[in-house]
Amino acid sequence: MNIQKRRKIESFLALSFSTAAALFGLFWLIFILSDVVIHGAAALNLDLFTKDPVPPGAEGGGLRNAFVGQLLITFFATLIGVPVGVLGGTFIAEYARGTKFARIISILSDIMVSVPSIVIGTFIYAVLVKPTGQFSGWAGAIALAVIMIPVVLRTTEDMLSLVPWTLREAAFALGAPYYKVIVQVVYRGAATGILTGILLSMARVAGETAPLLFTSFNNAFFSTNMNQPVASLTVTIFNYAMGPYETWHQQAWAASFVITIFILIITILGRLLIKWRYKK
Amino acid sequence: MKRKNPFDLSFSLLTAAASATVLLLMAGIFIILVKESSLSIEKFGIYKFITTVDWDPVKEIFGAATSIYGTFVTTLIAMLIAIPTAIGIAIFVTEAAPNFLKGPIGSAIELLAAIPSIIYGMWGLFTLAPLMSRYIEPSLQKAFGDVPVLNILFQGTPMGIDILTASLILSIMIIPFTASISRDSFNLTPAVVKESAYAMGATKWEVIKNIVLPYSKLGVFGGIALSLGRALGETMAVAFVLGNKHHITASLLDPASTITVTLANEFTEADTDLYLSSLFYLALVLFILSFVVLAVAKFFLLRAERRYSR
Repeated sequence: MNIQKRRKIESFLALSFSTAAALFGLFWLIFILSDVVIHGAAALNLDLFTKDPVPPGAEGGGLRNAFVGQLLITFFATLIGVPVGVLGGTFIAEYARGTKFARIISILSDIMVSVPSIVIGTFIYAVLVKPTGQFSGWAGAIALAVIMIPVVLRTTEDMLSLVPWTLREAAFALGAPYYKVIVQVVYRGAATGILTGILLSMARVAGETAPLLFTSFNNAFFSTNMNQPVASLTVTIFNYAMGPYETWHQQAWAASFVITIFILIITILGRLLIKWRYKK
Repeated sequence: MKRKNPFDLSFSLLTAAASATVLLLMAGIFIILVKESSLSIEKFGIYKFITTVDWDPVKEIFGAATSIYGTFVTTLIAMLIAIPTAIGIAIFVTEAAPNFLKGPIGSAIELLAAIPSIIYGMWGLFTLAPLMSRYIEPSLQKAFGDVPVLNILFQGTPMGIDILTASLILSIMIIPFTASISRDSFNLTPAVVKESAYAMGATKWEVIKNIVLPYSKLGVFGGIALSLGRALGETMAVAFVLGNKHHITASLLDPASTITVTLANEFTEADTDLYLSSLFYLALVLFILSFVVLAVAKFFLLRAERRYSR
């Protein structure tokens, strides 16, 4: 076999391997998603959203408490995490642009985004749960907010940096102070990007389980009291899936289905928004 | 830009305080974890804690060796599967695929990162683990059962709840991180350089191997380190299928425990101060480990960025 042929075969093999790798990745994506859809859709019913859990092992009941709890926790996490993230991103992209401090915060945020979320759970446990002696919805919301802050901060920084500097100069030339320039000109230019970042960060925390295990804990009853343990979908899925009852497993699948669809829709929507806004 | 305006001053201070929360939180996590684990640090020290194999809440002897071992083994196997696959995917979506497939396949792979880890866990427990124990693990045992050394890896009864299953799930979860960063780095290779190589008669693989990969290696390293950091700290997906058993085993078909799994399973059950303190100690070890790995990842990515922007 001559060398030309060997090189061609080698190239063909390598490209076949890369195709196989892509198929391997796609295989798992389709496998997992179809599995969740098949099991989840079969177990889905209206009771799931409108009824509270029945005693373990009994038929029927739903997860109303977990849906409401999840919404509460995510809502308050967003309420705390987003302003801090957006303002923090504003500082490093505007007032502190190009300084060493901005660089450190930016790098630290990137690291913090990937810090194991269970570590953040233990941290919040030590700060909020142990002193009060009480698992609470607030602790859960704050744990999720802590995870959100660096995500939102980095997106805000990136989006603000995309706004052309000349736009700010035009506003300065009209005599506007910097804060007015930021709020009325820069934020407006970056609004779509920042909103998308917020959406994506909500999708990210909505699926978090580990930081809620020892903060908001779980609650078998319907409760909107954020000072008490609050049920969340993800922790409920964990407990139900590990539990011995078939009805629990069914409900865990249904809850997984809802949460997966919700997160995928937000993620895809966010991607499309970014593409649409920043296409050249 | 003189800041004479009082509103401007207060707005800048407000934003400064907000950005400082990141710094405070990171420092706070470290300090609080050290403080909470001080009881255990005093009792066991550093070296003894990470080398002690016993994890016995009844006798109050706590050593992290089994959890650290589990973390390392699952991560190692996951990386062995994920790195070649992820780089293969990156090659596919930058060089090999027809143009109309590049975007959609790249986005589809990234969706793997959007699926919450609890879903991976559920799926792993109810779908993958039974498949592993029924088909894949017995055939692995058959294939390697008579090969010396390798057969140690596949000893025991295939239950599906074991290191191999956990590692496989972990690898699927981290593929998108390496793949998307590698893809972005590959895309930064100047077209002129690639075209010159093609003009010399190089095959596609030779261009990838000799031009694209060397050019983008910093970015690829960064992507690998990032997914390593992710794998170390992954909790829920592993918690479902690893079994939380504290021992050191050579067989991939044995249950085990990782730092994260120990925390998830035992944190709310810790009934003594020393137990809880030791769990905080574990969290501290994990925090330091992942911080270092992620810092290395960031270092590579920053260097890559600087290099490409030249």
